[in-house]
Amino acid sequence: MMDRWSPYVSGMGIGLLSWAAFLLSDKPIGCSTAFSRTSGMIERFFRGARVGEKPYYKKFAPSVDWEWMLVVGVFIGAFLSAKLSGEFQGQWVPAKWAETFGNTPLVRWVVALMGGIVMGIGARWAGGCTSGHGISGTLQLAVSSWLAVICFFVGGVATAMFIFEVVH
Amino acid sequence: MLKTLHGRERLQLFFGLAIGIIFGFLLQKGGATRYDVIIGQLLLTDFTVVKIMLSAVVVGKIGVYFFRGLGMAQLHPKPGSVGSTVIGGLIFGVGFGILGYCPGTMVGAVGQGSLDALLGGIVGMLIGAGIFSEIYPKLERSILNKGYFGEITLPQLLKKNHWAVIIPFAIAIMALLFWFQKSGL
Repeated sequence: MMDRWSPYVSGMGIGLLSWAAFLLSDKPIGCSTAFSRTSGMIERFFRGARVGEKPYYKKFAPSVDWEWMLVVGVFIGAFLSAKLSGEFQGQWVPAKWAETFGNTPLVRWVVALMGGIVMGIGARWAGGCTSGHGISGTLQLAVSSWLAVICFFVGGVATAMFIFEVVH
Repeated sequence: MLKTLHGRERLQLFFGLAIGIIFGFLLQKGGATRYDVIIGQLLLTDFTVVKIMLSAVVVGKIGVYFFRGLGMAQLHPKPGSVGSTVIGGLIFGVGFGILGYCPGTMVGAVGQGSLDALLGGIVGMLIGAGIFSEIYPKLERSILNKGYFGEITLPQLLKKNHWAVIIPFAIAIMALLFWFQKSGL
């Protein structure tokens, strides 16, 4: 199977998939609340049932739901796709990172961890991510989502430029 | 018929999984689960991610509004405010730029073997989501509702029929995509 499809084919496929999500499940595709729920499940494992009393977990209960299953599916789908085209490969440091900052796994790991923490806070602060706001919200023409996706890219472009043009 | 389908909980979990599998497959095939592609987008040298997103939006909005017109689908626009959407969006963007994946593509990247996405991105995002649940009560009282504008959509904001927004908007997006192709982006 071809390893890369045209981004337009992939995007149109995701557009059609969003029809299925609305029709079959009455839900927009999203990814970031699953991380809050999982984080809540982990916290509950260590601190017990009182974690469920936290105001945020009253809004997003720490349990498996439709979107949580969707995120599991994303992992499986990407794995199948990569396997079928022979691209599956364990990799610590992406090529473009290595080109500029060297291929020490520890450095890349620390930076990725920090990025993940900031992104996790931001996604829940903004009430969605590049899927929930960036695709599903924008296709519903939600004002919040168009504003959010503009901010995602303003912040993202500025940060990436800073890291690759200034820091290096 | 669809309403009863929506109420079948176990079946819905299966639908979530199935839709996720297709979503992950398409993201990987489109190239969006690769750090190099995403960071290329943020450095404005590779427009793959924006092409995928805008193509999805054009197809998605036409269908979703069409099915809504037939009474088969409902919209679920997220509420927004300056304090949550703009500030949260910029924080997200900073994390996105540091990490080089967004939440969905990060999970897809793990599926293709990227260990930085698994041990850095996923672990970090779980910590970040945990931190947010901790500071949420404070933020809710102070910043999150500043400049609240609710669940409005662009047609409501512009006081226009939704098709009068969707059609010109779809044409504008297609023109932009055409321009990307022509200028070799």
